[in-house]
Amino acid sequence: MDVKLINPFIDATLNVLETMAYTKAEAGKPYLKNDRMARGDLTGVIGLIGEMSGTISVSFTEKSILAVVSNMFGEEMKEMNDDIKDAVGEIANMISGQARQKLEELGRSMKAAIPTVIVGKNHTISHMTRHPVVAIPFGTDNGDFTIEVCLEE
Amino acid sequence: MDLNMKVLVVDDFATMRRIVKNVLKQIGFTHIVEADDGTTALGVLKENRVDLIISDWNMPKMTGLDFLKTVRGDESTKDIPFVMVTAEAQKDNVLQAVQAGVSNYIVKPFTADTVKEKLAKVFDN
Repeated sequence: MDVKLINPFIDATLNVLETMAYTKAEAGKPYLKNDRMARGDLTGVIGLIGEMSGTISVSFTEKSILAVVSNMFGEEMKEMNDDIKDAVGEIANMISGQARQKLEELGRSMKAAIPTVIVGKNHTISHMTRHPVVAIPFGTDNGDFTIEVCLEE
Repeated sequence: MDLNMKVLVVDDFATMRRIVKNVLKQIGFTHIVEADDGTTALGVLKENRVDLIISDWNMPKMTGLDFLKTVRGDESTKDIPFVMVTAEAQKDNVLQAVQAGVSNYIVKPFTADTVKEKLAKVFDN
């Protein structure tokens, strides 16, 4: 997959976390993912369709998402609940929107579905399996999360 | 901008409604009602006199765009300022919203300062 198509997702992720959650994340090295296991405890998944089609996902560890949502709400969130699950979907939505705006400038316009959120340790994420899944790990002061991008050109 | 005005916040994600409400409270608004979809928002408009609508775009039963068109098409609500707050930032989306009569457009993610600035522009105009 062309790196030009991945960078918008990286930039969008960094911008969303910083703007809405006052969280500075650091992107690690992208890699090709060969299994379906989620890297986190909750995952937001969004289907994309248009000049390209596929799915993106954002998977947070419990520790990282509690810290992120605490910052978003301005109050400490200590345990997993529907608000946390909801927030994962909204974060995925915002990352998708920002990335799609940049991809439109590259001549690839796509629309997105409403996010689905999967909760639970050791869950799996199913993308369009015929196409490579690129995973991008991110680190924060309060734990890690992973973005996965699977796009058919 | 009259901070006593009643604001209707519409978003299918409770998280985003909470964030928008927090930002509005930071700005100084105190009368805020909410709805989780365009359809429920129409019900709220029937029961409440609302002075400002802040709505998401992608919602399951009625999108923000369809909600905007319905509001603009009803004599009793057509002049209510309507601000779209959405992750949909492509040119076509903005154009559609402008053509449907949106008062202003805020792209997620946003800062409180951006919201304040965009709302001020609506009421200055």
